[in-house]
Amino acid sequence: MSLGNQLLQYLFTGITIGSIYGMVALGFNIIYNSTGIINLAQGEFVMLGGMITIFLTTVVKLPLFLSFFLSVLLVTLIGAIFERLAIHPLKSPSVITLIIITIAGSILFKGGAMFLWGKETFTLPSFSGEKPIFVLGAIILPQTLWILGIMGGVVLLLIFFFSFTRAGKAMKACAVNRRAANLVGINVKLMVLFSFALSAAIGAVAGIIITPIALMDYDRGTMLAIKGFCAAVLGGLGSNAGAVIAGFLIGITESLGAGFISSGYKDAIALVVLLAVLFFRPGGILGNKEHT
Amino acid sequence: MLIIRNLKSFYGYLCALKGVSLHIKEGEIVTLIGANGAGKTTLLNSIMGLVSIREGEILLFKEDITKLSPPQIIKRGITLVPEGRELFAPLTVMDNLILGAYHRYRKNGKARIRRDLEVIFERFPVLKERRKQPAITLSGGEQQMLAIGRALMSRPKILLMDEPSTGLSPVVRREIFHIISELHKQGTTILLVEQNAKAALKIADRGYVIETGRIVAQGSADDLLNNQEVKRAYLGKEYKKVWE
Repeated sequence: MSLGNQLLQYLFTGITIGSIYGMVALGFNIIYNSTGIINLAQGEFVMLGGMITIFLTTVVKLPLFLSFFLSVLLVTLIGAIFERLAIHPLKSPSVITLIIITIAGSILFKGGAMFLWGKETFTLPSFSGEKPIFVLGAIILPQTLWILGIMGGVVLLLIFFFSFTRAGKAMKACAVNRRAANLVGINVKLMVLFSFALSAAIGAVAGIIITPIALMDYDRGTMLAIKGFCAAVLGGLGSNAGAVIAGFLIGITESLGAGFISSGYKDAIALVVLLAVLFFRPGGILGNKEHT
Repeated sequence: MLIIRNLKSFYGYLCALKGVSLHIKEGEIVTLIGANGAGKTTLLNSIMGLVSIREGEILLFKEDITKLSPPQIIKRGITLVPEGRELFAPLTVMDNLILGAYHRYRKNGKARIRRDLEVIFERFPVLKERRKQPAITLSGGEQQMLAIGRALMSRPKILLMDEPSTGLSPVVRREIFHIISELHKQGTTILLVEQNAKAALKIADRGYVIETGRIVAQGSADDLLNNQEVKRAYLGKEYKKVWE
């Protein structure tokens, strides 16, 4: 394989994994915008999405298509219940208390998944066959196209939701100015519930579409959450466009680094990129200048 | 219309209101004047349900609204134009106004809200011109108009205004006071909180003077304008001038 082909191959891999990071980052952003907290259980929503779909297809023997939607629905519900039981009852919690609660949630979800499904690694069949597509000498798996398509769909839906629907505008208003949102009659606590449900749903989608390529086990959420967090911070916390761009950036850098340097350093590369950017642009790529 | 009885509010252990009573009749414009830290903003926030109330009651049309949340209070017809305007800065003027009507979408439907939007644009033509601009790009006076417009979009029965003239140039300030008295003429009931006592009393029917969490004087606006104590403390007249 020539260098050009190799480069292209790493690029495709990077874009694939990068879009997953981007989706995880979107989940972080949605909750951050409505509550100001980093939901450290975000990776567990991703893991649960994958694991529940595997369970539904292999044990319950539902068709993949149906399992996909059922699983997203279930994880959304889990996200909402988590918010109602763990976040909502607190009267005026500090941000750090809330973040610690999400860590507890993360451990609980992870433990629950290990208890239910054990420590094995599972996989899902690709959505439409495994026959690779050759582009300029590099290989693209059909699943990659699914991932890019679904990610694009999610982003479009989010843009539509936040710019054209009343609930979306209200959520945005909460993010911009909570006090003012309360003063025009928006129920801020309800918006927090929505934000948890929404980011759980996005996390679940990401988890399901990545499983055929990257496999899934109870412990897989943590690393995805760290990378997604890197993308969210790199893009500028709260900026959705930034999250997507930074997701691709980290995915591509990671894949190039793993290919040309060593795959052992794969996970370190994302963090090095993050640190480097934060030194020079503390607000992130598209971040609010006020944070810098 | 609005009756407040013996209201006591705390910020933590700090007692900010020490038993405030006042009332507002329908169609009236009542002003609350006082120095910084006297409890003016706390009183408005208490009415809106933003500050927890320890004692006393707030009645709107004889209904007890003391324990309600801000969204519930807005639904019952009280809206606050907050201090410092508190706009949704990166959102467009249009979105700011539409969010002002948030609580009545389900009840009134889009057509009604569109009509009200036209009324606001008629009153503030500059907002119509800038409806697609983010709120943060507006000048101070325009932002204040937007804050008032957003509050009016909720169709309030009582409009609470917290220092609407602060931070504006004298010309713009005069314009804002003109707008307030216009609103009053058209039948809006207003509780106006101001540091600029003279301008507030000029357009008000009645006034209350608040000092360290207590009402220390009240009466018709004209009486208060001529009250020696008020003149000394809030209208910028020296003892000498008043007593000579």
